[in-house]
Amino acid sequence: MSSIRLLVGTRKGAFILTSDGTRKSWQISQPHFPGWELYHLKASPADPNRIYASQTSSWFGQIIQRSDDGGLTWSPVDNNFTYDGVPGTHQWYDGTPHPWEFKRVWHLEPSLTDPDTVFAGAEDAALFKSTDAGASWLELSGLRTNRTGPGWQPGAGGLCLHTIILDPTNPDRIVVAISAAGAFRTDDAGLSWKPINKGLWSKYIPDPTAEVGHCVHHIAMNPRTPNTLFMQKHWDVMRSDDAGDNWTKISGNLPTDFGFAIDVHSHQPETVYVVPIKSDSEHFPLDGQLKVFRSRTGGNEWEPLTNGLPQKDCYVNVLRDAMAVDTLDDCGIYFGTTGGQVYCSPNAGDTWTAITHDLPAVLSIEAQTLP
Amino acid sequence: MPTIRIDLPLHLRRLANIPGHELALDIPPPITLRTVLDTLEQTYPQLRGTIRDHTTKERRAFLRFFVCEEDWSHHSPNTELPTAITNGHEPLIILGAIAGG
Repeated sequence: MSSIRLLVGTRKGAFILTSDGTRKSWQISQPHFPGWELYHLKASPADPNRIYASQTSSWFGQIIQRSDDGGLTWSPVDNNFTYDGVPGTHQWYDGTPHPWEFKRVWHLEPSLTDPDTVFAGAEDAALFKSTDAGASWLELSGLRTNRTGPGWQPGAGGLCLHTIILDPTNPDRIVVAISAAGAFRTDDAGLSWKPINKGLWSKYIPDPTAEVGHCVHHIAMNPRTPNTLFMQKHWDVMRSDDAGDNWTKISGNLPTDFGFAIDVHSHQPETVYVVPIKSDSEHFPLDGQLKVFRSRTGGNEWEPLTNGLPQKDCYVNVLRDAMAVDTLDDCGIYFGTTGGQVYCSPNAGDTWTAITHDLPAVLSIEAQTLP
Repeated sequence: MPTIRIDLPLHLRRLANIPGHELALDIPPPITLRTVLDTLEQTYPQLRGTIRDHTTKERRAFLRFFVCEEDWSHHSPNTELPTAITNGHEPLIILGAIAGG
């Protein structure tokens, strides 16, 4: 019988949650790297026991950990993320030039085919790649040095590259998202990049339709339809059917279209999930009611999913990397909250149960479906 | 060769699998903050980048160096450490600043 392994990154360590395929009874590991912020953990699709983890601390900086046994044991690998060449400047919050400075890795994306190859999305925004299982990192500097780079400004959470999407049908194509620069795509394996923000409209920047400057919170893709991308922007839920060249708004009947997390059903590429958050200044659900919204039509028509979720006095947030799906026949949906809850729906969102209420604030969740 | 005692924060000891509060390193003179940290990072490569920047070798902002009850965080890293450190009577203390909440 298949089993599920959830890799949960929190403000105070990493946790591995495991269950059989029924997803009813869960075991929760002891904390890994207790006391550290674990921004993201992700396993290699080519070797499920190879897991990479981004461990970070304001005191001690960045560590990358690697496990070769499914998270039982870990070894630190290289943590030297040096920007290529003379880094130059981006814009600071006040519009003045500010030197690029490495702060942390927000997201790790292992190659779809090679367990030793992994991409790292950094703050200040840059994309790094390792082809030796994390033993060394090189920047794919064509992204940061593209003509728009000096004009990028940080969002409230920093100038972070938080989303990396690999196209399973085209190894040369990668989509990334940066707060608050926008989305970018390479079609030549990272040598050159272009902004893909046409159709985005952001009222809080001088030119709401600018080529860059949009606060993209997250992008999700179903591997079966790699040209279709779903985006949760600061405000607005968007979709693209041409790999990001053009975007259209699909917020439809959502009660608020601010939010962070977005994901797509594993088997139904037009079934999309978001967690609406009240506003950019009040990062909690509307009316204290935690609701996942599902669209079965690729957007615009959304239904609230509340069965099993708190419907009063709930004031948590769900961060951008804190939602995941498994690939069992009845697709499981998972999300974690800043209140330390991890919720599971074993039936595509129809009903929810809390796997735990009591972790530190959840930063990220990845779901592994194991044979 | 003098044996230098170093007191590291818990998180760094765990990262480098160092048991106990202190570790000891044999370091040839002249013994300075720089030579101690160079030897520490050479012995425990996991600690590279966690105490000082990989490239500039500047101390990370939230870490402090204490020598015989004095804050040496802003001393030149090339200053020779006092005898109480070099004869092993006192440890070099690397301390995480109390920040946050």
